Order: sequence, then structure tokens, then C-alpha cells
Amino acid sequence: MGQQTQLYALHNAAGAKLVDFAGWDMPVHYGSQIEEHHAVRRHAGVFDVSHMTIVEISGADSSSYLDLLLANDINRLQEQGKAIYSAMLNETGHVLDDLIVYLVPSGYLMVVNCATREKDLAWMQRCSEGLDVKLAERQDLAILAVQGPKARQLIDQVVDDPRRQVIDSLKVFQGKWYEDWFIARTGYTGERGFEIMLPGAAAQNLWQKLVAAGVKPIGLGARDTLRLEGGMNLYGNDMDETVSPLESNMAGTVVLGDRNFVGAQAIREEISRGPAKLLVGLVLHEKGVLRAHYPVYCGDQLVGEITSGAYSPTLNRSIAMARVSTAKGDFSVEIRGRTVPVELVHPPFVRNGKQVYKAWQAD
Amino acid sequence: MAEFPGELHYLESHEWARVEEDGSVTVGISDHAQDELGDVVFVELPEIDSEVIAKQEAGVVESVKAASDIYAPVSGTVIAINDKLEEEPEIVNDSPYDDGWFFKISPTDLDELKSLLSAAEYKESCEDDAH
Repeated sequence: MGQQTQLYALHNAAGAKLVDFAGWDMPVHYGSQIEEHHAVRRHAGVFDVSHMTIVEISGADSSSYLDLLLANDINRLQEQGKAIYSAMLNETGHVLDDLIVYLVPSGYLMVVNCATREKDLAWMQRCSEGLDVKLAERQDLAILAVQGPKARQLIDQVVDDPRRQVIDSLKVFQGKWYEDWFIARTGYTGERGFEIMLPGAAAQNLWQKLVAAGVKPIGLGARDTLRLEGGMNLYGNDMDETVSPLESNMAGTVVLGDRNFVGAQAIREEISRGPAKLLVGLVLHEKGVLRAHYPVYCGDQLVGEITSGAYSPTLNRSIAMARVSTAKGDFSVEIRGRTVPVELVHPPFVRNGKQVYKAWQAD
Repeated sequence: MAEFPGELHYLESHEWARVEEDGSVTVGISDHAQDELGDVVFVELPEIDSEVIAKQEAGVVESVKAASDIYAPVSGTVIAINDKLEEEPEIVNDSPYDDGWFFKISPTDLDELKSLLSAAEYKESCEDDAH
């Protein structure tokens, strides 16, 4: 038996199939992963992502601390509630984790991955030594993600007036506290939606009201296919401590200038010699399913492997992300001894319910 | 709870075999297997008139979770395949023992069925896997 979120009993009551996810008993689906996927693209779904790690950062040196800790530029956050997505790198410029951080009245609010929690917290603590920075984990809060074209309309139906006003005031990638709820217009699906951090009892109540309003419970299985279609990396699959953000399709989140964040020097050196690998999207136009670790070939040459692959319910074909050493030529993937041609593309594959991927343009 | 129809023969690798009145053998995957696999997205079937060998690969089923080989329960010639699975692989989840059948074999030796598991034995083997 693993750790359980505060919604565990509700998952069981909803018929969830539970699996171990980094030590947590989490719902992988509630019957059909594909139906759940479509529900988010076409209507609205609710995910329990309370296993993720929330950290409050406060103290006079918070900004300079995050300027040191993050590859993205914390000083881009000028408006209350706005968020950035960033990699946290080690000294060799490799990815320790990816995260989202919001500017809030008390300082900053950060959400990091569950599987990397202990490593991240230890690293963040170490980097804060000698600075006026306080780190406080918020294990008391649950997190619900409500995603899909009808997400806002259905949340608005079940929350009170002040919360509705907060929801309606939020810009994309912005979050605000209202009493003990933090409501953010963010997500991990490529669909419109919100992520709400709130106390356990309130989360149970909100979950039940959303489900009664027609929002479908969604498991981690559909969360993975939704984020893959959305072109979003999954830490541990698409990047880890063996690769740089430049090799992970995250160059746009690295702000160098004259900054001196942890790993910046390594990134400068990598740019001067050119990244050894790159992360690309793949589309399979024939039948079959691309899966993680399948080998990728350019002509006869083995040039890399798939990092994440799945059947895309929206596109009705298989898609993948792959880390390769070249993006020029004719590509194929070996699926269980069979070699099949694949198209190289720029993720995302799907945004707001529509196919959006573009053929890869080699530099 | 998964169903384990008593009239079928099973492989530990989760295929079922049913002897039809005409002596042919219909093959599919069990209710337990479809439940473990999750939504089936793609099925690769043997070609009609091809020869299959007992307990050797005869096809592939791909689900949202994994790819699995399909083993032939008995040796023989493939005399029919379920074309519907091409467009609607989800039938395997909805009706694993009826509409979701995979292929039919004209068996070389029906005695090969004797080495397969009964419903009770197969159910026990699934329960063992879960522990």
C-alpha cells in the first residue's frame, strides 16, 4: 500500500483502477482511458494530481535565489500571480527537474514533480544556504486539475461568487489565492483549464460537485496521452539528469543573457559546440504503437530512441517524442522487429482539440 | 470481476480457444487479459491460409498500456480472421468472448487442446499472477 491522496476514497467509489506512481496509489483510469482522453478534448475532465509537490518560497532573497536556481528568468514575473515554466539544472547543465513557479504576495509558489520530491527539496535547501530564503512544503493541500473546453463553464457552476470572480479574472499562466484556495489557469493537457490547490475536505467537496455537474474523472493514463499530444515533456521520460534542456526541446525556457544560474556556464559551452542531440516529435502513419525506448533510425543508422510514445486518441495514430542525434534524412522506428517509416515533426501535436503539428524543418 | 466461461480452453498467456460445431477452433483473449491491457487500440492478425503452430506467436494486440503477442492455442491453418477489429479494436474490450474474437483455425490435431487450461485452472493462474 502506497501513500494516498485525500481523494482516495472517491477514486475507489468511482471504480478507479489504482496503480503505484512513485510511491502513491493513483488512479490510472476509471474504466476507459480513451474515453477519458476524449472527454478532456471535447468536454471537461478532473484529475487528482495531489501527489505533486508544492513549495512556498519566502524571504528577502527569494528573487535572487530563484535567479540562481532556475534556467528561466524569474525576473520575467512582474505581475502578481503570473507563472513561468522552468528547468532546474545541476552544475553540469543537466535537468534535475521541470517546474512551474508563480509570483504570489508572500513570495513565490512552486510546483515540482512527485517522483523527484526528495532530490528537489534537498537541492533547493542546499542552494538556499546563506540566503534569506524560507522553503515550506504544503503537504496539506490537494491539487485538482480541471481541463477541457467546458472546464471554466462547469467550474463556474459549482463555486461561489468570489471564487468565480477570481477564475474569470485570470490570464493564461496566472494564479491567485482566494482564502485557502490557489486557483491557476494552467494545465498539462494542451487544453484550456485550471489547476486548483486547496485543503483536502474542500477538494473532496469540489470533486463531487464537478462530477455531479458532468465533469469526468480522468486517470494518469489519459493525463499522459493528453500531455504527449500537447507536446509537453514528462520528467523521467523525456528528460532527466543525463540530458540538457537544449537536448530536451526546452531551449525556449533557458534565458542566458549575462545570468549566472546553476548550470549556465555548462549551457554556454554546450551552445558553443552545439547540442549533441535534440528532442523531436514523431508521427506514425501506419498501424502500430510507438513506445518508449524503441530504437530510431535515420537511413540505416541508429540515431536515437523514443522517450515517450503512445496511441493518440485525437489523431487516431501513434505519436512519440524521440531523442536523436540528427534531424535530417528519412526516419524509421523498429517496432518489435519490424521497421516502419515515421514522420519527423515539431510538437505540439494537438492544441485545443485540433491537430497542429508541423513537419520538422531541419536547420 | 472478470468472466471465465467454463466451455473454453485457455493458455496461461491469456488466449482462449473454443471448439465450434464444424470442428474449427476460434481464438481470442480473455476478459481478464483485456481488463489488464486497458483499451485495445490495434490488433495484428495472421493471414488467412497461413499456418500457425501451437503456443507460438500468431498475432499482436496493442493497448494503451502495452504490446502483447497472441499465441495460437493449437496448430493448424487460419481459415478466418475478424476484420471488424481493424476499424473497431475496442470490440475486444467490450466483448472479449464473442464479437471480439481474433481468428479461427482449422486444427491439425484437436488433442492439442488437452494441454490447455480449464476455466478453473486459468482463473487460478490469473489469481496467482496478482499476488
